[in-house]
Amino acid sequence: MTEHSEVLNQPEAEVQEHTHAEGHVHRDDEGSKMAMWLFLFTELLLFGGLFLLYGAYRFEYADGFKVAAAEMNSFIGAVNTIILLTSSLSVALSIAAMQRSHKKLALGMLWFTILCGIAFLINKYFEWSHEIHNGVYPGGPALENMSNGEILYFGLYYVMTGLHGLHVIIGLIFIGFIMVFIARDKITSTNFQKLENAGLYWHLVDVIWIFLFPLFYLLH
Amino acid sequence: MSEQIHTGEMTAGQAHAAAHGEAEHSHAGAHAGGHMVGYGTYFMVWLGLVALTAVTVTIAGIQLGSLTLLTAMLIASVKTALVGYHFMHIKYDNKIIKVFILVCLVIFLTFWILTFSDLSFR
Repeated sequence: MTEHSEVLNQPEAEVQEHTHAEGHVHRDDEGSKMAMWLFLFTELLLFGGLFLLYGAYRFEYADGFKVAAAEMNSFIGAVNTIILLTSSLSVALSIAAMQRSHKKLALGMLWFTILCGIAFLINKYFEWSHEIHNGVYPGGPALENMSNGEILYFGLYYVMTGLHGLHVIIGLIFIGFIMVFIARDKITSTNFQKLENAGLYWHLVDVIWIFLFPLFYLLH
Repeated sequence: MSEQIHTGEMTAGQAHAAAHGEAEHSHAGAHAGGHMVGYGTYFMVWLGLVALTAVTVTIAGIQLGSLTLLTAMLIASVKTALVGYHFMHIKYDNKIIKVFILVCLVIFLTFWILTFSDLSFR
């Protein structure tokens, strides 16, 4: 009885007591999803600001941007686009497999996604090292002789693809954790919102690249 | 204990499905936030995305002048819509999430319009 009156004095404790007593699991998939979307909006704003900066500078230095972009290897850019699109497919397939309780297939698809992400980063590494080798980096010898438009282009190129690359790395870590959850049956066919959220993040990274590709590689 | 938890989950899931059923009947019976989509659908969306990428690269090779950027951005928007609608499951999301996304896009678009109306008429 005394315990009960104590609980009454603390409304919060009462709620906890009540739910524990019924063995009710605290879970709100819809809330979890909404939180993920709200986070993605902040990501959109982060990249959106950079895209706006790109747009404004490209408007002012159209010629310099064209000259600078001519040096880009659009083939590698296209390959990376296909790689990311395919990795988005495998994440979507992984969720579909999880819903059907195909644990192994879901894990296999996520392994494939991680391989795609790593392949993307390797391509990026070769691309960046090629440009840095040519002296195109902040304070580099080649960049110093360029026009303002070209300097701005490469500045934005490094910041935007760099930030995007960072997101790819974070996405890979995120998916890695999700795979551990799946392996330990913390994610199941009826409880997979964590996987869904990782998927949302990965697709956002894909969407950002969908815009980066034509803006940095396909200027003619 | 585990059975207890299970039943707890089930009732939560059923309540959710019922709540969903009112808003979207196609959702009835489906688990919270989950709608079964066939593997084939995802493959078709992927094919479409790859095809659109090919179109973007091809169009960039043709001299279209100022239209090049416009078409590239239009295609990128269509690709984004495909990824969002199918891969990110916006198609099956609650109305509130759809409204949130729309509001976010409108705000984003407003930034662009304001900035470029400034840049263009200086």
